[in-house]
Amino acid sequence: MVSFEADTPEINDAIDTGAFGAFLRQLCKNRLGTLGGVLVVLIAAIAVLAPLIVTHDPIQIMVGPRLAAPSLDFLLGTDQLGRDTFSRVIMGGRIPLLVAFASLGGALAVGVVLGLIAGFGPRWLDNLLLLIFDTIRSFPSIIFALAIIALLGPSLVNIILVIAITCMPGYARVARTQAQALQSSEYIAAERSMGAGTTRILAVHVLPNVIGPLVILVSMDVPAVIATSAGLSFLGMGVRPPTPDWGAILNDGYSYINQTPWIVIAGGIPIILATLGFTFLGEALRDMFDPKLRKDL
Amino acid sequence: MWLYFAKRTILAVAIIAIAVTLLFLMIMAVPGDPAVVMLGPRATLEMKEQLHQQMGLDKPLVVQIGTFFGGLLRGDLGFDVFSRRPVADIVFEQLPYTIELILVSILWAVVIAVPLGCFSAMRRNTLVDHVVGVVTVATIAIPSFVMAVYAVLIFAVSLRWLPAIGVGNGFWDGLTYLVLPAFAIGIGWVGYISRLVRASMLEILGENHVRTARSFGISEWRIVARYALPLAILPTVTILGIGVAWLLSSAVFIEVVFARPGIGALIVNAVNTRNYPVVMGVVLVSTVIIVTATTLSDLVNAFLDPRTREKL
Repeated sequence: MVSFEADTPEINDAIDTGAFGAFLRQLCKNRLGTLGGVLVVLIAAIAVLAPLIVTHDPIQIMVGPRLAAPSLDFLLGTDQLGRDTFSRVIMGGRIPLLVAFASLGGALAVGVVLGLIAGFGPRWLDNLLLLIFDTIRSFPSIIFALAIIALLGPSLVNIILVIAITCMPGYARVARTQAQALQSSEYIAAERSMGAGTTRILAVHVLPNVIGPLVILVSMDVPAVIATSAGLSFLGMGVRPPTPDWGAILNDGYSYINQTPWIVIAGGIPIILATLGFTFLGEALRDMFDPKLRKDL
Repeated sequence: MWLYFAKRTILAVAIIAIAVTLLFLMIMAVPGDPAVVMLGPRATLEMKEQLHQQMGLDKPLVVQIGTFFGGLLRGDLGFDVFSRRPVADIVFEQLPYTIELILVSILWAVVIAVPLGCFSAMRRNTLVDHVVGVVTVATIAIPSFVMAVYAVLIFAVSLRWLPAIGVGNGFWDGLTYLVLPAFAIGIGWVGYISRLVRASMLEILGENHVRTARSFGISEWRIVARYALPLAILPTVTILGIGVAWLLSSAVFIEVVFARPGIGALIVNAVNTRNYPVVMGVVLVSTVIIVTATTLSDLVNAFLDPRTREKL
């Protein structure tokens, strides 16, 4: 980070807090955005620190009676195998967050590269890539995911792969549109006249302009990805038991919904909090940086 | 308009053709022999070869793709070796249940969202408007299967107001079985529709004919219902097409939660039994439905707003 020394202390102060401080201050003005941010930080912290928070081994069966109601020993009760629901819920957030992080990161990386190729490449390549993007977008996401899982088998890697494939075209399309708009701008022409190659132009000048709006788009997709990830494990297509995962906990609870409501409540609330938190944060980010962004899609 | 119509239709057909080829290549690219996967590890060599012949796996790839496309054009989606019935029969037998569910969900969404949207537009920037705004964002965020499970917990298990599992007998009984599942899907759409209605309502309420109506002393509710709503609801109609993909995805979860028949439940079962022909049949039919729906909504949009025609 570049630092400047100014004469007056106030200005120094403002510079020291930097871009991140300014960002936080602006976020705090948006109440829902603040709520979303707090929820997201809290959920992420719990996921990272999960092994320190759990009160029992989350996969150890019969640590208590079956289907017990919440008590001091078992804060959220126990499930049908006598496992501690609280510990399972705490550990269960790791999978959806990991899936969101890995799949959206992968989708963003591939999407940007393909989008830039489409935007700066020859016309025929652009048309071909657009057709492929539109084809992938025309598959119903969950049904497409189920088809791939049927072929490759249920596993964490396959879920990440499927979600990355379905999210990628959206990012590629935005990157392409932005790249095309930049291609005709004067400073790119100037750079080109000085003999810069396409790779340099793309990496140094186009990429930084494209990545900003995309990061906001990605942040708005996080809740949907968490929902998809939890949904697939709710259908039994996610991580294999006994690994704890919110969707799987909800599914376990649903089988015993007539005996006890506690497992369903414990499995569903974290999904709701996570999707709400990321949605509020994502919407606040969009409003702060680019209110018109969604219209590109 | 006709040129756009032709181009858009060709694009739709091309997308479906590419989708089919992609799906086909995906099945081929899977490591291992589909016959072995379907028959299990204890299958004999003769059983495998028989299944290969039945599925046409012993022919070259190009021939297989050709046969597959040829069959599709005749409405043949392949043959399900497990139940010994054509895949098309199985899928189209289940499809009406899913369509019925989706239609009732749209009804739920519209019934809740349109009044909410109108109400927040009329009370713009008041506390009520903000609360409605937060609630609608929340409905977008909460996944449909969580909503479904909680709907079952509250209305079927605790209160025992509505049945949850199955489809019921006869029309009226069947309708009571539709209320909860359709609600669980529809609520997820309330946010989009009410925001859209609010935005277009605000635009229309500022227009001259509304001002004229106000100057005649017509009540605000009457203005909204009679003069503004019919116009404000138009954008909603056009996004219904785009929403079909989302509705179909939600239907998968909802059919499993409520143990309803339908193509969602069908594909989940087929995935669990590794019944590839049925999985592919469902993916194909739903892709065709989605491409058709988005194409139709694009065409309606182009008809209503000539500016969008130039984009293609």
